[in-house]
Amino acid sequence: MSDTAEGWVLRARGLRKQYGSGQALVRAVDGVDLDVAAGETVAVMGPSGCGKSTLLHLLGGLDRPSEGEVQLDGRRIDRMSERALARLRRTVVGFVFQAFHLMDELTALENVELPALLAGSSPRAARRRATELLDRVGLADRAGFLPAALSGGQRQRVAVARALSNEPRVLLADEPTGNLDSAATLEVLRLFESLHDAGQTLVIVTHDERIAATADRLISMRDGAFVDETRLTGGTTGQLAALVGLEG
Amino acid sequence: MGRALLIGRLALRDLRRRPVEAVLLLLAITAATTTLTLGLVLQDAARDPYQSTREATAGPDVVATVLPSPEGEPAELTALEALTGVAGVVDHSGPYPAIGAVMEVGGETADVQAIGRDPASASIDQPEVTEGSWVRDGGVVVEATFADALGIGEGDPVTLNGRSFPVVGVAVTAAVAPDSCLVPCYIGPPLDELRPEDPVAAEGIVLCSAAAADPPLDCVVQSPGLVWMTRGDVRSVAPQEEALTYLLNLRLDDPASAPAFAAANDACPPDQPCQSSGPGLNPWQETLEDVTENTRAAREGLVTGGSLLAVLAVASVAVLVGGRMADQSRRVGLLKAIGGTPALVAVVLLAEYMVLALVAATVGSWVGRALAPLLVDPAASLLGSAEVPPLTASTVGVVAAIALGVVILATSVPAGRAARTSTVLALADAARVPRRTAWLIAVSARLPVPLLVGLRVLARRPRRVVLGVASIAVTVSGLVAALSAHASLESESFVGMVSRLEDVRTEYLNQVLLVLVVMLLTLAAVNAVFITWTTALDTRHAAALTQALGATPGQIGLGLSLAQVLPALLGALLGIPGGLALVAALGGTASEVPAWQLLAVVPGTGVAVALLSTITARFGARRPTAEILQAELA
Repeated sequence: MSDTAEGWVLRARGLRKQYGSGQALVRAVDGVDLDVAAGETVAVMGPSGCGKSTLLHLLGGLDRPSEGEVQLDGRRIDRMSERALARLRRTVVGFVFQAFHLMDELTALENVELPALLAGSSPRAARRRATELLDRVGLADRAGFLPAALSGGQRQRVAVARALSNEPRVLLADEPTGNLDSAATLEVLRLFESLHDAGQTLVIVTHDERIAATADRLISMRDGAFVDETRLTGGTTGQLAALVGLEG
Repeated sequence: MGRALLIGRLALRDLRRRPVEAVLLLLAITAATTTLTLGLVLQDAARDPYQSTREATAGPDVVATVLPSPEGEPAELTALEALTGVAGVVDHSGPYPAIGAVMEVGGETADVQAIGRDPASASIDQPEVTEGSWVRDGGVVVEATFADALGIGEGDPVTLNGRSFPVVGVAVTAAVAPDSCLVPCYIGPPLDELRPEDPVAAEGIVLCSAAAADPPLDCVVQSPGLVWMTRGDVRSVAPQEEALTYLLNLRLDDPASAPAFAAANDACPPDQPCQSSGPGLNPWQETLEDVTENTRAAREGLVTGGSLLAVLAVASVAVLVGGRMADQSRRVGLLKAIGGTPALVAVVLLAEYMVLALVAATVGSWVGRALAPLLVDPAASLLGSAEVPPLTASTVGVVAAIALGVVILATSVPAGRAARTSTVLALADAARVPRRTAWLIAVSARLPVPLLVGLRVLARRPRRVVLGVASIAVTVSGLVAALSAHASLESESFVGMVSRLEDVRTEYLNQVLLVLVVMLLTLAAVNAVFITWTTALDTRHAAALTQALGATPGQIGLGLSLAQVLPALLGALLGIPGGLALVAALGGTASEVPAWQLLAVVPGTGVAVALLSTITARFGARRPTAEILQAELA
């Protein structure tokens, strides 16, 4: 671990992302400052198109900011080469996407082991780790299934297992329940709760208040900028399902 | 009517929407149709100059010759003259004496066959003088191809069997091909290079040039050129009267019956050893065959090459159409949603490619026909230039059928698949689910990341892999066949006039081969670009995701290149035996191709495809990762 002296795993300063120019200028992210501590769960909320997903891409090094800086695990990533960013993504960041983004032609197990193989793990070690992770997300019996044969909730759990493959410092989730029904949302919420309990740092972008209620800190975003920040206590430590109204 | 109008309108609009792809497709099919047309009409183009020369020189229908006997008996002129009385013969010129001789010009020696002619014009076979004048005592006229090969013309001094003559003219004839024998002669490799397995027996051949001072009666000239002199001059250079050959030109009442006439009256059956002293007959059709032999070889090459190009065009169209169908799924959904039947959808998708095929057939026929005169053998040494040959209904039919066949073969599968797609899925523009090739995925897990990416890209679209392998295999087959033909041309060893003609022939046929190879390589390169581009677009999402999971852009790019290079290497390996089989089917011997050339084809193919695919993949992967991943939600 290489947390900074202040204990931040992820830090952004003056982060901006603009598209177009002149009258067509769009400020997707407009002057964002953010600090995420190790083991913290931060939820970023806001309406569609407010820049949440762009922010997540900037924080994970999938996209480059127009201005500002991002530090991840003590390293400034906004000026890194694509190659260095790729190496960083292998070990420091894990992504969970709203659309799952599983490889359709790979089984659940093959999807989960992929990041480990890309990181250079031996096939045996990658397979062992993937099996453990599928077990952890409750899908050991679905390891050989293709994504098309899994429910939405199961697919998202596979995606979470894949994101954890290389034990990332930060897990960035972009609308992880956006495509799920209530039952599947509950499955994923429970999974995130267990991750939080295990000390995993999480940044979750969502417009679902039920997800936001599980975080340690809730940030509201509008027109590319943070407009409010609330520290929640006991968010994910209480009775989650009852809290978010998914159980009677 | 309204239905046809709708189909036509939709097809044309879609073509206009994607002009670059339409142009590339048009080029691919046109390359095949042009080459095929060239092959089909080339023989007609070559026939024109011969016919015009035959008319201008009052070419004979049959040339009859009697040779002197090796025992020193004079040629049997009586048997020759008796031919003038055979039924069907309406006119004749000759008999003319001819002798094999050694000509010296500018310190160089060449064997010749000298024909004794009258200064006055003959009614049959009066060679057309293209430079200087016709024969006169003490002056020699040189056949145009021979003069060209030696670089001589009017006024140049030559010696024949030691006697000096000036060249008084240069002329062409339709009576004999420039490299055929009238007097006893030998055409083939140098005698000292003959191998035991060669069909010609070297023993017993006495070359006139080996004993020019006092040549024996049974000496033969080797690969001679043709000259004309007066009868007296021919006799003056002949060692003895008994060494003379005589030839007679015959006009028949039915020129088309010349082969039958020759067969009926030739003292020797065709293509068999014969000791008869009777006349040998050569119909004008055989001379035409000899004169256009090279053009015929070029024609065979062009037809074969055109067929290979058609196969490559199938791959081009299939790859492009397959890629476009993925883009068109929403359009298919809309058509179905407003009441289009699966059949209508398939016809609409096919129609635009049919339009392209018909345009390509028209353009290819026109261009091939226009180019044909440029590819007629320049060594034929005939009067007049090759003209644009007429397009026969059969030629047009064959070319159009092949162009349409290419399109139907390549588009019917994806069009049928699109027609069967569920309307809801098509409207949702759902991407086609990639194939799963479990064993390849398992194997790839044990390999370095670029190979892992490459093999998994391959595993997603096996049909495209097959097209890629087939495209390269066809190209390499053509290349191996061309290398074999080239090696065969280069290995042929002749002396004398034939050697000079062979140089021209080799250059000509090598040019035709070069045209074919360039066309093949161009179309194969277009295919490689199509396949890489389609693969890059098709795997854009998977590549972005893999990059999000930690693969570097370099690993992704290398993986995409490997996904093209690996099938290309397999295609090259298959193409070598394919090419050797093609050579065997065309009656050639592939053993003449140097082994290093065959071996170099495989890595050469790999390097070429790697370069093309790397550049194309780089263009195809310009869209940022985040944008691609986000696009799925849009």
